[in-house]
Amino acid sequence: MSSKDRILARIRRAVPEPGPGSAPEPAISRDYLPVHGTRAPAETVDLLAANLTEYRAKVHRVDEGGLAMLLMRLLAERGARTVLVPPGLPPYWLSAADPTRIHDRAASTARELEGVDSVVTGCALAIAETGTIVLDGGPDQGRRRITLIPDHHICVVRVPGQVVDSVPQALPRLDPSRPLTWISGPSATSDIELDRVEGVHGPRTLEVVLLGAQ
Amino acid sequence: MTRTHLGMPGFPAVPPFPAFPLAAHEAVGDPVLRANLRHATHTIRDKRARAVAELADWDALRTAGKEIKDHTLRHLDRYLLELEASVTAAGGTVHWAADAAEANRIVTELVLATGEREVVKVKSMATQEIGLNEALEAAGIAAYETDLAELIVQLGHDRPSHILVPAIHRNRAEIRDIFASEMGSWGRPAPDDLGDDPRELAEAARLHLREKFLRAKVAVSGANFMVAETGTLVVLESEGNGRMCLTLPETLISVVGIEKVIPSFRDLEVFLQTLPRSSTAERMNPYTTMWTGLGPSQGADGDGPAAFHLVLLDNGRTDTLADEVGRQALRCIRCSACLNVCPVYERAGGHAYGSVYPGPIGAILSPQLRGTGSEIDASLPYASTLCGACYEVCPVAIDIPEVLVHLRERVAQGGPVTRDGIRVRIRPAHGHAAERAAMRAARLLLDRPGALRAGERLLSRARRLRPRRLPGPGRAWTDSRELPELPAQPFRDWWAARERGRDHEQDGGRQS
Repeated sequence: MSSKDRILARIRRAVPEPGPGSAPEPAISRDYLPVHGTRAPAETVDLLAANLTEYRAKVHRVDEGGLAMLLMRLLAERGARTVLVPPGLPPYWLSAADPTRIHDRAASTARELEGVDSVVTGCALAIAETGTIVLDGGPDQGRRRITLIPDHHICVVRVPGQVVDSVPQALPRLDPSRPLTWISGPSATSDIELDRVEGVHGPRTLEVVLLGAQ
Repeated sequence: MTRTHLGMPGFPAVPPFPAFPLAAHEAVGDPVLRANLRHATHTIRDKRARAVAELADWDALRTAGKEIKDHTLRHLDRYLLELEASVTAAGGTVHWAADAAEANRIVTELVLATGEREVVKVKSMATQEIGLNEALEAAGIAAYETDLAELIVQLGHDRPSHILVPAIHRNRAEIRDIFASEMGSWGRPAPDDLGDDPRELAEAARLHLREKFLRAKVAVSGANFMVAETGTLVVLESEGNGRMCLTLPETLISVVGIEKVIPSFRDLEVFLQTLPRSSTAERMNPYTTMWTGLGPSQGADGDGPAAFHLVLLDNGRTDTLADEVGRQALRCIRCSACLNVCPVYERAGGHAYGSVYPGPIGAILSPQLRGTGSEIDASLPYASTLCGACYEVCPVAIDIPEVLVHLRERVAQGGPVTRDGIRVRIRPAHGHAAERAAMRAARLLLDRPGALRAGERLLSRARRLRPRRLPGPGRAWTDSRELPELPAQPFRDWWAARERGRDHEQDGGRQS
């Protein structure tokens, strides 16, 4: 008997299928809230900004016309000489930026990526109540490793279109067959006396740009 | 030994666990440990209460979490088969392991097949439970823990003492000393002028581990959840070491307990709200990684490993499932909220529980996964005051006190249990047989007042000969308690004399 068969047989002995005539199984009660509180779209974006800031992400707001200048400024302030670019990033986003573009290629090794100063991506969506951005490897986000190895990540969120209020609203909009990375503030640890320290292995600086009409 | 072949230090052997009362006795005598634990548990329990209070529907989320887990456990065979099909369809390979030895053998063979001799690890309770690091070392494979706390534990030749914060028992000065003296023999040494600021310590760990991440070809992880419907695995973490291990290596091996399966992707909406708030008291943990087999690209575009293996681990879980009262322990999502509120854990620390699952959940999970045959496992159901705080905070409403009492009954009276899939009847634990013998003797004596009176008077007269410790089977009782003072006269003599005195007083009163 294979281990699979052995385990399945043990489970069936432990919890036999209910026989005919037994009471129907109760449905799972899902009377929890789909969203906590009521907010206008602008308030949802404010909440996202507040929660991201509380978890030590830097939040910026800009409209389409100012985006290229803002990204140029953020990269310059950081002193970035090289910036990673996902294949589908709208070219105008970095049209004013000085750093050398490094393209996200499958062949580039983790060691090569480690030498890159910054990365700029879009996102799949953002969750206001938890202060979370979600990446799904889409063309404007690239592979998971490019938002992991460089120490500085700038993520552009289109507001209000890409913002949802809550976790229950986020999941139906995501495709589980894609690799998903949920990011809530920069890398952090509380392992030393429960003192929160930002930045262990992931980017130590996370900047979120809320892109929309101001 | 393997360490000479590898040219690196091997992992030190760790001594076996003593029984809870013995370990706790030592732990409560350590003032540094108690201060570290008290600081940490109080900090986190206050934060957790605030994070939970933010959600008006907490009770509804808790009920849903409980019901999803209970439903899954009732149909575990069906959901595991569905999971296997989904993972396989997405390009992963599923293995089934009935016990620790089988899981270790599977992982060891998978690693050896890659030609590699080192692996990086994401913090995982399941791999600690089965002793994977030790098994890999025996096969000449070095396993590097990459969670900061696990690194502290591993470099300190220590054992983890908390589910979430394994190095909770260490303060910053101790961590500095461990890093300064041990990092060099494993890889990049700590800087010469390393201080004890948490920021500096985290930076030292970052530099030390980064070289391991960048060269690692094989990673081993657990998972917080496995979604049957889609084959998606989910890991919640904070530091990014999880993302490193889950993304960069060529081969990923995940060892996951069979109880971690949930039916649908939608079910994550419950646990992604309750788990972070219960464990780290955050609205959401900094990083959550979800992957489904090898993904749509089947690993070909270099995003994530090119080979994914899922090892489904039983190791006592089906036996636990067979116990109708005890099976609720399998609902556990390893948030560790119960540890942080437990008055016993706060004083004794995690090591005293003698298992990778410490605290209240450990006191009910370990004796069920391992059986109550050993001294430590028979003692664990007693490592509690039954105050109920653990049940109050549990995000999946495990009635830990109920299971504790149920397990105490099993230890004291024996009864039917399932071990390795077979229904057996266990006998009362050794110490408890003595207790019952003592009770029988007491009944004999209490039924014969004359014999009792004579015995009591004899004892009173011999009271100055009272030993500090009882001999024979009573010794265990006096190991942790003072033997009470013996009164100068038996209670019944004292009472009779008192009544005589009152009669006399009353008579005298009437006379005057």
